[in-house]
Amino acid sequence: MRIVVAMSGGVDSSVAAALLAEQGHDVVGLSMQLYDASGDAGGERAFGSCCSLDDLHDARRVAAVLRIPHYILNFERQFDEQVVSNFVREYAAGRTPLPCARCNSDLKFATLAVRARGFGAEAVATGHYARVERDAATGRYLLKRGVDASKDQAYFLFSLTQDQLAGAVFPIGGRPKEAVREYARLHRLPVADKPDSQEICFIPDDDYATFVGERAAGGVAAGAIVDESGRVLGRHSGIHRFTVGQRKGLGLSASPTGAPQYVIALKPVDGQVVVGPKASLERTALSASGVNWIVGEPTGPMRVAAQIRHRHPAAPSTVRATGDGRAEVLFDAPQVAVTPGQAVVFYDGDIVAGGGWID
Amino acid sequence: MRIYLDYNATTPLAPEVVDAVVSTTRELFGNASSVHHFGQQAKGAIDDARAAVAALLAANPFEIVFTSGGTEADNLAIRGAAEALEATGRRHLVASAIEHEAVLNTLKALARRGWRTTLVPVGQTGIVEPGRVREAVGDDTALVSVMHANNEIGTIQPIAEIAAIAHERGALMHTDAVQTVGKIPVDVKALGVDLLACSAHKLNGPKGAGALWVKSGTRMQPILTGGKHERNRRAGTENIPALVGFGVAARLAAAKMPAEAARVGALRDRLEEGILRQVPGTVVNGARESRVPNTTNISFERVEAESLLIALDLQGIAVSTGSACSSGTLEPSHVLRAMGFSAHRTQTSLRFSLGLFSTEAEVDRVIEVLPAIVEKLRGLTKKTRQAAAING
Repeated sequence: MRIVVAMSGGVDSSVAAALLAEQGHDVVGLSMQLYDASGDAGGERAFGSCCSLDDLHDARRVAAVLRIPHYILNFERQFDEQVVSNFVREYAAGRTPLPCARCNSDLKFATLAVRARGFGAEAVATGHYARVERDAATGRYLLKRGVDASKDQAYFLFSLTQDQLAGAVFPIGGRPKEAVREYARLHRLPVADKPDSQEICFIPDDDYATFVGERAAGGVAAGAIVDESGRVLGRHSGIHRFTVGQRKGLGLSASPTGAPQYVIALKPVDGQVVVGPKASLERTALSASGVNWIVGEPTGPMRVAAQIRHRHPAAPSTVRATGDGRAEVLFDAPQVAVTPGQAVVFYDGDIVAGGGWID
Repeated sequence: MRIYLDYNATTPLAPEVVDAVVSTTRELFGNASSVHHFGQQAKGAIDDARAAVAALLAANPFEIVFTSGGTEADNLAIRGAAEALEATGRRHLVASAIEHEAVLNTLKALARRGWRTTLVPVGQTGIVEPGRVREAVGDDTALVSVMHANNEIGTIQPIAEIAAIAHERGALMHTDAVQTVGKIPVDVKALGVDLLACSAHKLNGPKGAGALWVKSGTRMQPILTGGKHERNRRAGTENIPALVGFGVAARLAAAKMPAEAARVGALRDRLEEGILRQVPGTVVNGARESRVPNTTNISFERVEAESLLIALDLQGIAVSTGSACSSGTLEPSHVLRAMGFSAHRTQTSLRFSLGLFSTEAEVDRVIEVLPAIVEKLRGLTKKTRQAAAING
């Protein structure tokens, strides 16, 4: 079977390609060029780690070692339209976006998958730590957490549709990270010891605020930092610089009680950043939109473990679909820092039941 | 079976060239500047290659400056002439908008250092109008650079007429003949130019060898300074195996030229007509009547050239869009854009270029597989559009 592997030049997708090739599949490596790498006079723009020219070069080296064809597709326009502009819009609107999830559902398993079909491929594989299985009883494709809990990335894949999951392969989802690296070393892949990427790939120097400030339509406005009663405590230079739950960098003198202050809410209309004590961050419920039910939409309340951020423990909750792709989540115990723009993902054990965008 | 139809990018080496390169690599290690036997052997081999390349251009051997390739030859021509003429107050350079990057980016580099540059626009024929060059050239123009044939669409330019215009205003005339030398007769005197660049690997020779023909008496400064190689025009110990290979390739090309040009031309026409007939929504880019015989550039409506190229490669057929950028992805062709074609036309264009080892069976195979590939890709585009419409 011909399988396209989305190769980023990192160790995970490299091993994904290697494993499929080892299993005898007809593997075609594709890498996405996501921003203009040509620059002036052939120079390289100083972008972050994951999609630079060096990474495309690494992907090509791995493909050469594996003796598989490899192509670089120019997705600059699509990436800008589907991921980057959403990222900027969300921050400017006082929300905290999750671009990797958008990239997965709107680019890798959409635009890239369509291209892959054009090349005669039946599936698209990535180096995500997640698993996909077909439920024999219902015939539905299920998304499951990767076996390495510390690396699990199912959270970023919650919005894949049944069609997308049917054509998705996650070859390393059943392995711990260390085993993936070990495999890469054993097979002499040139990226075996390359560090994991940490930052958002298109943000230079991890400075997202400058990036958003330069691109936000209509610019970004300075405003007031207020307490929960509306009393002005200080000034800020744009709400896009803040995220719910943030404690550092508020530039405030200590509160009268000396207790640390956290960002409780962002108010785009007033341009206000609301701060308060940690207790004010607690929420017992949230509502989500754009909900994708991988196991099928439940007709009544459903018991799940709800995860409100990547690398955040999933909390016992009850979720109810409320129509129009919306859902209400009631936590058994209050949760800290429910952040609009992030995803809430519902788990049933290892299985991703579904998920949506926090409002 | 793999089919190679990208001869304008590079060509496979002729077996005679491989033999010459291998035996020279093994036997002639001497430095051509050395006085002793080893040096003399090396020097003799270079002189022989120089004579062969000169013969292919109907030029004098002492007017040939060997370089590392076409790009260096273009750089030497433009930078060398610009520097030599700087003192005369001629600080203006003219080129066509469809030149190779070796010329365009050299002009850009000089523009950053204070030179004025003018790019002459080109219409949808892909042929530079001499009248437009006349409008661009002034009394302070140092050099006019127009390629002999375009690498992407194959159109042959009226070099002799343009050279006459350049000379009327006292400017030098350079032509990048990388895509014509070895394919069609090239006579430096008939072209009337002062400088002409060519490259070995486009005529079944090795990479790493090229030449700039410099008309005797032309003012030009070296861009590589060092020893007194190449009559003080290009310093650096010569790459003897590559130059010997270049010489052998030049002799082969000269010997085969009329018959081979006709053979390849017939194959190109067969391919072009086959594609136009079998694949709906196709059209040839550029003037068909005045082209090098091996090249056709075709737009496939509603098919991203990037996808088509990859799908063909996965079926063992190697073609190209115009030129690839640093990462190997495709950039919209500056040539087709300069010709005034729409973004769609530009992004759906593929170049097929044939050569020495191309066969009728290969051409027929391409005509056979192409319609289904194009249809499949068009179907996907349609579905994506429908999906996009449904999802809003």
